[in-house]
Amino acid sequence: MAATTGKTRPNITQNEKLLFELSTPGKRGYQLPPMDVPEVDPAETLGAGNVREEIRDFPEVSEVEVIRHFTRLSTWNYGIDLGLFPLGSCTMKYNPRVNETVARTEGLAWAHPYQPESLSQGAMEIVATLECMLCEIFGMDAVTLQPAAGAHGEFTGIMMVREYLASKGNPRKKVLTPDSAHGTNPATAIIAGYEVANIKSNERGMIDLESLAAAINEDVAALMVTNPNTVGVFEQDIAKICGMLHEKGAQVYMDGANMNALVGIARPGDFGIDVMHSNLHKTFSTPHGGGGPGAGAVGVRSHLEPFLPSPRVKLADGRWTWDYARPQSIGRVRAFYGNFGVLVRALAYILAHGGEGLKKATVDALLTANYVRARLEKRFKIAYDAPSMHECVFSDALQEARGVRTGDVAKRLIDYGFHPYTVSFPLIVHGSMMIEPTETEPKQELDAFCDAMLAIADEIESSPEIVLKAPHNTRTPRVDEVRAARKPRVRWQRE
Amino acid sequence: MSDYPETYRYTKEHEWVAVDGDTGTVGITFHAQKELGDIVYVDLPRAGTKVEAGKSFGSVESVKAVSDIYSPVTGEVVDINADLADGPEKLNEDPHGAAWLVKIRLADMGEVETLLSLEDYLAYIEA
Repeated sequence: MAATTGKTRPNITQNEKLLFELSTPGKRGYQLPPMDVPEVDPAETLGAGNVREEIRDFPEVSEVEVIRHFTRLSTWNYGIDLGLFPLGSCTMKYNPRVNETVARTEGLAWAHPYQPESLSQGAMEIVATLECMLCEIFGMDAVTLQPAAGAHGEFTGIMMVREYLASKGNPRKKVLTPDSAHGTNPATAIIAGYEVANIKSNERGMIDLESLAAAINEDVAALMVTNPNTVGVFEQDIAKICGMLHEKGAQVYMDGANMNALVGIARPGDFGIDVMHSNLHKTFSTPHGGGGPGAGAVGVRSHLEPFLPSPRVKLADGRWTWDYARPQSIGRVRAFYGNFGVLVRALAYILAHGGEGLKKATVDALLTANYVRARLEKRFKIAYDAPSMHECVFSDALQEARGVRTGDVAKRLIDYGFHPYTVSFPLIVHGSMMIEPTETEPKQELDAFCDAMLAIADEIESSPEIVLKAPHNTRTPRVDEVRAARKPRVRWQRE
Repeated sequence: MSDYPETYRYTKEHEWVAVDGDTGTVGITFHAQKELGDIVYVDLPRAGTKVEAGKSFGSVESVKAVSDIYSPVTGEVVDINADLADGPEKLNEDPHGAAWLVKIRLADMGEVETLLSLEDYLAYIEA
């Protein structure tokens, strides 16, 4: 009988060629009805130079071959529906099926963005209702649902900060980010035309107030802060930090990637945040892998409201309508009105839980992370002693002594049947191992994961080469990441 | 090549500078490349770029992370190490020698004196 490792056992999967390689000239996966209009010669209509004789190497396959191709590929995948997905900072929670049922309601699934307002009242009410609920959850005065992802939300937020400060006479020059920040924060600031200054974290993993105070001056437009931050620690001085920035006329942006630790318990607006985003595909359970698509709702306090992307949904004479008359708006940031299907799912999630349910989800997210921490912290070194929120971050210090690093443990975890945790981030932790189980995991699955981690810790003591050469049970053995990055082959070519 | 030359001056951001006449050759330290892991890409400024001490002038990308390179000195870039474009691994192999990054014409010779000595740098990374 085949060997079992953790919860996995090798099974047969089929190799798969590219569609280009599967192609046979002349095969068709479709049948068109007979032509019932006069034929037009494209060369005559468009000019011969614009007509291609053939599309070279265009794959020609039958319907069943296409179905099998993608079905076989799908069996190589790992997703939240197969097991725990502890990818820290990404909040890979279960996507409730009821959300899918709601999003497939005929009038919503087939709604067209160009259909008239009179036929879109329900969809517009969904947008307005979700905005209102997110205002309540964030403690903000207004919300836009246009941004298509978290980093897009950041960009929207910082552009609003820039316009707001410009309207007061000076957009300023700098954005501050802690050294624990997501890489998207400094990237956003640069794209929005700001210089970035880095703020050091202290020995507890929090923003160092002295370094912050020294960095704040009249050139600073905003601080971008993640709370809880990327080491899974709540910035306990956040209200004071916001006060320090406001005193110098600067704004505070909150990266709400980790909002799953706060919903129903603490509101960013209440601790002084001016503008924030929340990833609906993380905290609000909309599909996340495979491109989502995402949604990065942005909330603002009232002083930033005039700068929100246009159009805004509003109620006029009892009807929902799009308001374009917003002279101070930064303009559209997304075609139409955001990823509407995702917004429907997020609203379904909020309504299904209700206030008490959302709060319980938050508490459970903290409980699962701290359970994992408690089970692992004797064998893996916790990065900071401060209490963990929704995720726990270890360093690989104890494993490094045996020559094994965070990436090796992650690869061995694949053999045990789990998607790896987040590797080598945040950068301020040496050999970081960032684990976020989320509230939707059963205790049995958490235990299976912890058992796997502890078994790997044992392997590192007894036979580290097993871990150093992992994964062993996968379709592809360990790949040469360095060569892939140094000499990437990004385009397939026929041999 | 973990020898840290005594004549170089160092920064807390793990760059080194070696001064010859009015020109400073700049690189990253052995410690920096070790922390970054396998380096896969180096982004350098063009010759003629003005750089300022403490400000980023480029970046180093490893399989783990992208890190800014901060100029230890103020001045103008007069030469860059073109070999690194095709051979970023040289930064892992010989960070204090063949894998220098840029040469900078120094605007202020006194600035170098404010940087860390070898002894101070080694004490800093061991702390």
